[in-house]
Amino acid sequence: MRGVTGWGVHLPYRRLDRAAIRAVAGAGGGSGTRTVASYDEDTTTMGAEAGRAALRGRELRPQSLWFATTEPAYADRTNATVVHAVLRLDRAVAAYDVVGSVRSAMAALRAGWQGSGSALVIAADARTGLPGGPDEAAGGDAAAALLIGDGGPGAGGPVLAEIVAWESVTDEFVDRWRTPGAAASRLWEERFGQARYTELGTEALKLALAAAGIAADAVDHLVVAGLHDRAAGAVQRGSGVPAGAITDRLAATVGNPGAAQPALLLAAALESAAPGQHVVLLALADGADAVVLRTTDALARYRPDRPVADQVAAGGPIDYGRYLHWRGMLAVEPPRRPEPARVSSPAAHRNVGWKYGFTAGRDVPGGVVHLPPAPGDDARLPVADALGTIVTFTVDRLSYSLSPPVVFAVVDFDGGGRLPVELTDVDAGEVAIGGRVEMTFRRLGTSDGIHNYFWKARPVRAVPPSGEKRGSMKRAGDTA
Amino acid sequence: MSSHGIKDRVAIIGMGCTRFGEHWEMGFDDLLVAAANETFRSAGVTKQDVDAYWLGTAQSGMSGIALARPLGLEGKPVTRVENYCATGSEALRQAAYAVASGAYDIALAIGAEKVKDGGYQGLNAFPVPADGTARSVTAAAMFSMVAPAYAGKYGVPPGDMKTALARVAAKNHYNGARNPRAQFRQEYSVEQLCRMPAVAGGLSVFDCAGVADGAAAAIVVRAEDAHRYTDKPLLVKALSLVAGNGSGLGDPAYDYTTFPEVAASAADAYAQAGITSPRDELAMAEVHDCFTPTEIVLMEDLGLAERGTAWKEVLAGTFDLDGEVPVNPDGGLKAFGHPVGASGLRMMFEAWLQLRGEAPPERRISTYGKRSLALTHTLGGYPGEMVSFISILGAA
Repeated sequence: MRGVTGWGVHLPYRRLDRAAIRAVAGAGGGSGTRTVASYDEDTTTMGAEAGRAALRGRELRPQSLWFATTEPAYADRTNATVVHAVLRLDRAVAAYDVVGSVRSAMAALRAGWQGSGSALVIAADARTGLPGGPDEAAGGDAAAALLIGDGGPGAGGPVLAEIVAWESVTDEFVDRWRTPGAAASRLWEERFGQARYTELGTEALKLALAAAGIAADAVDHLVVAGLHDRAAGAVQRGSGVPAGAITDRLAATVGNPGAAQPALLLAAALESAAPGQHVVLLALADGADAVVLRTTDALARYRPDRPVADQVAAGGPIDYGRYLHWRGMLAVEPPRRPEPARVSSPAAHRNVGWKYGFTAGRDVPGGVVHLPPAPGDDARLPVADALGTIVTFTVDRLSYSLSPPVVFAVVDFDGGGRLPVELTDVDAGEVAIGGRVEMTFRRLGTSDGIHNYFWKARPVRAVPPSGEKRGSMKRAGDTA
Repeated sequence: MSSHGIKDRVAIIGMGCTRFGEHWEMGFDDLLVAAANETFRSAGVTKQDVDAYWLGTAQSGMSGIALARPLGLEGKPVTRVENYCATGSEALRQAAYAVASGAYDIALAIGAEKVKDGGYQGLNAFPVPADGTARSVTAAAMFSMVAPAYAGKYGVPPGDMKTALARVAAKNHYNGARNPRAQFRQEYSVEQLCRMPAVAGGLSVFDCAGVADGAAAAIVVRAEDAHRYTDKPLLVKALSLVAGNGSGLGDPAYDYTTFPEVAASAADAYAQAGITSPRDELAMAEVHDCFTPTEIVLMEDLGLAERGTAWKEVLAGTFDLDGEVPVNPDGGLKAFGHPVGASGLRMMFEAWLQLRGEAPPERRISTYGKRSLALTHTLGGYPGEMVSFISILGAA
C-alpha cells in the first residue's frame, strides 16, 4: 500500500516577535513568534531546502516531483524545475507546479499518492498580511516535503505510514480572496467561514474514518490544517478525537504557513508517532481533505534529517522594521551601487550543475576539487551537503545587497574545495574564523524579472541527530 | 619561459598628466586631449609625428576610435587596450614593444578614465553576461581580508596592524598634499585615520583609493633616437606582466598574505633590469595602493621588505618621502586618485618627474641624485585572482 516513505522540513531561521508589531503598526500583533523567510528566500528556495532534507543521506531518487505554493516565484514557467535542478534529479524525472491556492498542496499530495513509483511532494509558502492585520501575525513561512511511494524494491526505503483512506469534499464560497499580485489576502467576516469549514471538515473526517474503518476515539494523532484558525479549533473540538491526540498547530512559534502547513504538521505528527498508530490529516481549504494514515513498524527506525522540533527550537530574531523591508512593505534607501545585471539564461543553463546543484569539478576522479568546475575537469563531485570552515571573512557595507551589510567568507569544504561565498542567516558579529558553515540554496536577487538563484553559506546551528554525522561528505554521489 | 625584456632599447621622451579628481566640467574626450597635448609639448612633437597610438581605458570608451576622434587623428593605427587596473601600464607596454620591434619610430601610450559620470560610489565593473554565480562583494571587501590574515600569520597585534594601515594612508596623504595634480591634498594624522568608521572589514573609506577622473600619457622612441627629443630621457629597463589564472580563489593553500602574481612579475622585472637587491638599488617605487593592506603586502612581494616585516618598516618610515626607499611619493592611488586606465601612466609620470629632478623640493625623494631607478607597479583584480604589471625605468 502506498504511503509516506520520508519527509523533510525547512523552517526559515528568522523569527518575528509578534509583540513588536503593535508599537509600529498601531494594531495587530499578539504573543509568540512567527517564522520569517529571509530576504534571499522565496517559496522555491524553501521548497528546495525541504526537498534536500527529505533526500539527504538516502539513496532514493524520486520518479516525480510536485511543487505546491500560493506564492510562486514565477508564473508561466515552472518553479519545480529549479527544485529539480537543486536536487540533481535525472532529466527523466517529471517536475510539476501545482500553484495558486492553499488547497494546491493537497492536490499535489494526492497526485503523488495516486501515481506510481516514488513521488516527492513539496509544499512551500510565504504568508504576508498587511501591517497590523491578522494574517501578518498569524502567518508563517515554511516548506515541507513528503516522499510518497509503495516501499517496493528500488523505492529507497519502506513505507513509514500507509495512506489507508482519503476523502474529499468541495464547496464554493468566498471566505478569503486575493487577486494575483496583491500583497495580502482579504477576509470575509470570520463567522461565515467558521461555519462553512466546521461543517465541511467534520463531514470529510467522518467519511474518511468510515472508509478506514476506525472510530474517532481510535485516532492517535489528529492534524487539522487550514488558514481559518477558529474553524480548525472547532473541528478539533467536535471531532470526537481525544484532546491529547490533537497535534499542536505550532501557532505560538511558527505561525500558519498556508500551503506548507498540512505537510509540516503531518511531519511533526509522524515524528512523535509510534508504529501501528492512526494519524489523520484534515486540511480545510475550499472544502476539506481528510487523509487517514497508519504508521508501520519501519517508522521506529526512521531518523528524519533536521526534525521539526529541532527547527522550531532554533531561530534568531528579526526586528519588525527589517521584516517589513524584506516583505517589500517598507522601502529603504538602496546602496549607491549599480544593481546586478540580469542572469544570462544560456550561461545559467550551461552551468546548471554548478549554479543549482552546487556540483564541483575535479581534474581527475579523486583529484583537486574546483569550485566552480574548471575547464577540462573530467569528474564531478556534489558539495551541497558538505560542511565547510571559515578561513577568513569580511563585512562589506559598500556592496549592493537587498539587506546590507554583506557578510562574506572564504570557506574550505570538508573533503576539498574552497569558495569565497556570501553568508546568510547570520548576524555580522557572530562570524569567526574557524566557524562551521553549511550550504543553503538562496535567491541572490532579481533583475529584469529574472531571479538569480545560487548558494550561500550559513552557520551550522542545528544539533545533528544522535549518532548521525549530518552533512558529512557523502561520497556515494561522487560520480567519477 | 623566456622573458628577454627590452632593457635600454626604448626611452620615454615626453609625458603628460592631468590633475586627477572630480572633473565635472571635463568629459572623457577632454581628459584625453589635455593629457595628449601636454605630452606632445613635453616631447616637442605633433600628433602627426606620432606613428602609432595605444589607448588604455577600462570602461570609458571602446576601440581606437575613442582616441582617434577627440585627437582628430587621420590614418593612424590606434588600439584600445584593457587589462583591469593595469590598463594604462598595458598601453605603455604595447607602445614600447612596437617601437622596440622596429615597426614604428614614435608611439604614444595614453590612459584615461572618466569614472565620475557613472553616478555610483566606487568603481563598478562592466557586467559581462554570466550565470549569476560570481561573487559580488566590493574590491574593498576582498582586500580587507588581507589585513587580519597578515596580522594572524605574523603575530601582529591588532592595534599595531591598524596603526600600520593608517600609517600607509597618512604617508600617501602627506605626499599627495604636496602634489598639485593629486585628488586629495589634505594631510591626516594616524590618530585621525584610526578613528574612521569601517565600511569593509576593518577598512574605512580612508583605507581606499580615491575614485577620480584623469588621464596620463607617454611618448616612446627607440633609445638611440631619444636625445633628438630630450637631454633627459627615461629608459625602459623592464616591463613585466603576469595574469593570474584565478586559482588562488579556490586554493585552500592560499592565505591572503601575499599576491603570487606580483611576486612573479617582480622576479621577471628584476631579471630583465638586472636588479639583484631592489631595496638597495631602487630610488623609488610607485605601487598599487588600492587599499592600505595592499601596500603593506606589496612591499614584501616586491622585495622591499622581508616577509612579515613590512608593517614594521612602514611604522619605521622606511617608505616615507625621506625614508630609505620612498614609495608613492606622488600620493599614490590613495591621495592622487585612481582613474583606472590612467593610473599606470600616472605612476610613470611621477618617475619622470622625480628621476629627472623636476619634482618640487617639498616632494623630492630622499634618494634623488644617489639612485636612478624607479619601479612602477599596477595590479588589477583581487587577492587570488589578479593581473600584475611592473616597470623599471631609469634615468641613466
